[in-house]
Amino acid sequence: MAPIEEATIPAQPGVHPIDLRSAAAAEAAEIATARKDILRIATAGSVDDGKSTLIGRLLYDSKAVFEDQYEAVERASAGGDYVNLALLTDGLRAEREQGITIDVAYRYFATPRRTFIMADTPGHVQYTRNMVTGASTADLAIVLVDARKGMLEQSRRHAFLASLLRVPHLVVAVNKMDLVDWSEETYEAIRDEFTSFAAKLNIPDLTVIPISALHGDNVVTRSANSPWYDGSSLLHHLEHVHVASDRNLVDTRFPVQFVIRPQSDAFHDYRGYAGTVASGVLRPGDEVQVLPSGLTTTIASIDGPRGPVEEAFAPMAVTIRLADDLDVSRGDLICRPTNAPHVTQDLDAMVSWMTDEPLRPGQRIAVKHSTRTVRAVVKELQYRLNVNTLHRDMDAGELGLNDIGRVRLRTTQPLFIDDYSRNRVTGRFILIDEATNATVGAGMLTTPS
Amino acid sequence: MTQTVSYPHHTTEPALVTTPDHRPTPDYRLSQLETLEAESIHMMREVVAELERPVLLFSGGKDSIVMLELARKAFAPARIPFPVMHVDTGLNFPDVLQFRDRRVAELGVHLIVASVPEAIAQGTVKEEPNGSRNRIQTPVLLDAVEKHGFTALFGGARRDEDKARAKERMFSFRDEFGQWDPKNQRPELWDLYNGRIHLGESIRVFPLSNWTELDIWQYILREEIAIPSLYLAAERDVVERQGMLYAVNEFITPRAGEQIRREMVRYRTVGDANLTAAVSSTATTVEEVIAEIAVTRMTERGATRGDDKVSDAAMEDRKKEGYF
Repeated sequence: MAPIEEATIPAQPGVHPIDLRSAAAAEAAEIATARKDILRIATAGSVDDGKSTLIGRLLYDSKAVFEDQYEAVERASAGGDYVNLALLTDGLRAEREQGITIDVAYRYFATPRRTFIMADTPGHVQYTRNMVTGASTADLAIVLVDARKGMLEQSRRHAFLASLLRVPHLVVAVNKMDLVDWSEETYEAIRDEFTSFAAKLNIPDLTVIPISALHGDNVVTRSANSPWYDGSSLLHHLEHVHVASDRNLVDTRFPVQFVIRPQSDAFHDYRGYAGTVASGVLRPGDEVQVLPSGLTTTIASIDGPRGPVEEAFAPMAVTIRLADDLDVSRGDLICRPTNAPHVTQDLDAMVSWMTDEPLRPGQRIAVKHSTRTVRAVVKELQYRLNVNTLHRDMDAGELGLNDIGRVRLRTTQPLFIDDYSRNRVTGRFILIDEATNATVGAGMLTTPS
Repeated sequence: MTQTVSYPHHTTEPALVTTPDHRPTPDYRLSQLETLEAESIHMMREVVAELERPVLLFSGGKDSIVMLELARKAFAPARIPFPVMHVDTGLNFPDVLQFRDRRVAELGVHLIVASVPEAIAQGTVKEEPNGSRNRIQTPVLLDAVEKHGFTALFGGARRDEDKARAKERMFSFRDEFGQWDPKNQRPELWDLYNGRIHLGESIRVFPLSNWTELDIWQYILREEIAIPSLYLAAERDVVERQGMLYAVNEFITPRAGEQIRREMVRYRTVGDANLTAAVSSTATTVEEVIAEIAVTRMTERGATRGDDKVSDAAMEDRKKEGYF
């Protein structure tokens, strides 16, 4: 049984009838209807770093926890003096029995500035694949470190995975500061060690925050216990971190997902290319090239969910009509003639392997890349990476479950790819076992510069 | 008479208007509703491109109404390229059934009704002693899926509804018995969904996974989507049962000792009419519903469903059996 933290929280408020004319209701309505953006967060930490407690704290303090959920947790933690906030996130019975988190869970909370989608991933070594899954969509990753223990192997692994997946913002939450008497020296030692480790990785933005999830210090508001800390609280940081420049607005990439042909009298000749903009900006009138044919034409119109739009950018789901009648189908890609992705059958990638049966050279496998799925053969395993030491094992013959390595693949048909560091959409793929249909790996592409 | 909420300017294709939420974004950021909308549309298109026989579960409840609206947008100006299915427990609010039929006719989609009362009459399922048809609708659903050969089922479940749902993939693989295995889910990376299956297996697809209850209501408001009038407060005859207010109807009649009283109530969820409770409310417009939900301190299931209180793991158990 893993140690479970218990958190102190104030007595629950009573149930009050809602008065729509009250100032509170007006404020809530304003918050609810304000235009906001979404920040996607991935959290990682060991079983006993207090991650569940931190998430419970964020949910509770941002009022994303409802009374009936709270009552259920209160019932489940009956007998103790405190309500166990960790129980708010440990969902499945198997997890409660073992006191662990077995899979990625998604949580939602909002403040007046932003809404947050949090992928909560377990920290045990055998669940690296879940961490990769959670980090794949994240704008920001939170790595928890126990202040008493400092940086562990796991902390390094979490930071490395965040950098491998190119999560643009990393927050290290140094937790349980109350148990080291809010020692500034302890915090600084961990901060310095992490910063020097991070320098070896691709982490453009690193923030280290001293917290106590149990008592709520520096989680929502700045704590008086850390007068030496002049940064912001965790929630304040999440609300204000600048993500607008994280996206690629330069390289126009539009993978064709589905061809819309109404075949009705009203839209007899209509032929629209539906898809989600991967990167760049598209406008009617733009000269574009279609891959793999290489033919060029112009964009006649772009339809969004509410009709014609003047601009389309990631991640908008739109339908594009072209000026010329070309043969375009699912799996093709629309780009600018002057800025095309690499067209290649040779893939060079960092692969995170996610199944028991190992990956070996010579193996055949399916690759799903944007809207194109092709067959491939594993040509070479260049090295297996030790994610704790970053040591490259050049003699590894295979990649096992939760291993990460550099792999060369040869596909049966060309793919239209970019370097993952430049384009998180056209630089990624998943691997599918053709016999079991299981998703067995994730790849981040590197291209010759 | 079919009662639906109408909007003064409602047309099937709302015009682009300049409200704060429609402003072009100079920094090329989408709002949370636009982001969620794009994500859902992407998933629906992916399913139609990769899976042969999809079907959308449509009950006439607010989540499935929003899901159907997203399907319309995903494939416009073509028709929605798959049928919709209603697992009909026979315990419906008449208002919702009428809404269902009208909406389906407007969109020109084919409606398949999988009937629980018929299955009871044929003896394929047995009525439970407590009168709840929540559990027995699962075999009826699975039979219909097998009969029609559906390989992908769109469901309107959201991850904020329940702890088990919070751990389910957006493309959720089901074996040939329709069962969910929480410990053996396919990793789901980026938006690269894996819809590959063998014969007899299927995928449950949840395009609203990342939507919250508030997002649904804000989207209904923003897109001026018609909803059954049950969702808005009106004076209704109610009885109080275990602290919840149940409107008197065909399926709820006062028991001994229960007094009928007239109160302003609305429905926060629309499930079976014999089990879904109403909440006290003065919200007669969608804006007012949003204001109420923004300050409410109960989850929608906790506030309105007699059937989810049974145990903490109720949803986990039902999902493993093939429930949505």
